[in-house]
Amino acid sequence: MMLSCREVTRLVSQRQDRALDFGERFALRAHFALCKGCRNIGRQIDFLRRAVVRLGEHGETAER
Amino acid sequence: MSAEYRSQVESQRAYLLRYATLQLRDRDAAEDAVQETLLAALAGGAGFSGRSNLRTWLTGILKHKIVDAIRRASREQPLAPADELETGDLDAPFDRRGHWQEPPTAWDDPDGALHQKQFLAALEACLAGLPAKTAQAFMMREHLGLETGEICKELGITATHCWVLLYRARMALRQCLDTNWFRT
Repeated sequence: MMLSCREVTRLVSQRQDRALDFGERFALRAHFALCKGCRNIGRQIDFLRRAVVRLGEHGETAER
Repeated sequence: MSAEYRSQVESQRAYLLRYATLQLRDRDAAEDAVQETLLAALAGGAGFSGRSNLRTWLTGILKHKIVDAIRRASREQPLAPADELETGDLDAPFDRRGHWQEPPTAWDDPDGALHQKQFLAALEACLAGLPAKTAQAFMMREHLGLETGEICKELGITATHCWVLLYRARMALRQCLDTNWFRT
C-alpha cells in the first residue's frame, strides 16, 4: 500500500493521539524513506507537542 | 484554615489565570474558572496534603474547572464554519493526487527556539489564530492531556470530527510557525 502525502500527514497527526497499527507504521516508514517533505512534517508535528508543553512551563517560570 | 495557607493559595492566582486563559481564550471565563478553583481549594484545604506541590495541586483542580467551562460553552456556541468537518482548507497544501504543492522544508534548530520568549509569543499568536473549537480540541489534547474520546464527548462532536480538528490544528500551527518564525 502506497500512501499519498495527504494520507501520511493524517497518520502523522493521529500517531500523537493513538497507537498506529503495524501496517500503518510500516506504510509511514516506507513513505518517509522516499519523501523528504513528509519526513520534515513528521518532525515538525512532533515538535509542536514539545512547544505547547514548553508554553505551559514558561508561564510557570515567568511567575517565579 | 490558616492565614498562611490562604495567602499561599492566593499567590498562585496569576499563574492559574495565565494557564486558564491560554486554554479558554476568554478572559471572563478564565477568571471564573480560577475563582472557582481558589474557592474549592480554600474550602477543601484538607485535600492538599502538603506533600505535593501546591501549584500542581491547584492546576489539577483548575483542569476540571476548565473542562466544565468548555463543556458549558460548547452547548451554547454553534460550530463556527471554520470548525466544520469539511471546509476545503485541509486539501489546500496538496494537488489532486495528494502530493505536496510545495513540500515542507526542514526547520533550523527548532528546539533552540523553545528557549526564546519571542518564539513562545509567536506560538501563542498562532494558537490565537485557530478557529475556536479547533483550538479547544488541540489544547485539551496537548495542554490538558485528555484522550480523544473525552475531547469528543466534552465538545459534543463525533470521533471523526475530533480527529479532523486535531489534524487541522496541527497543520495550521505548523504552517503558521513556518511562515512567521522559521522562514523569516
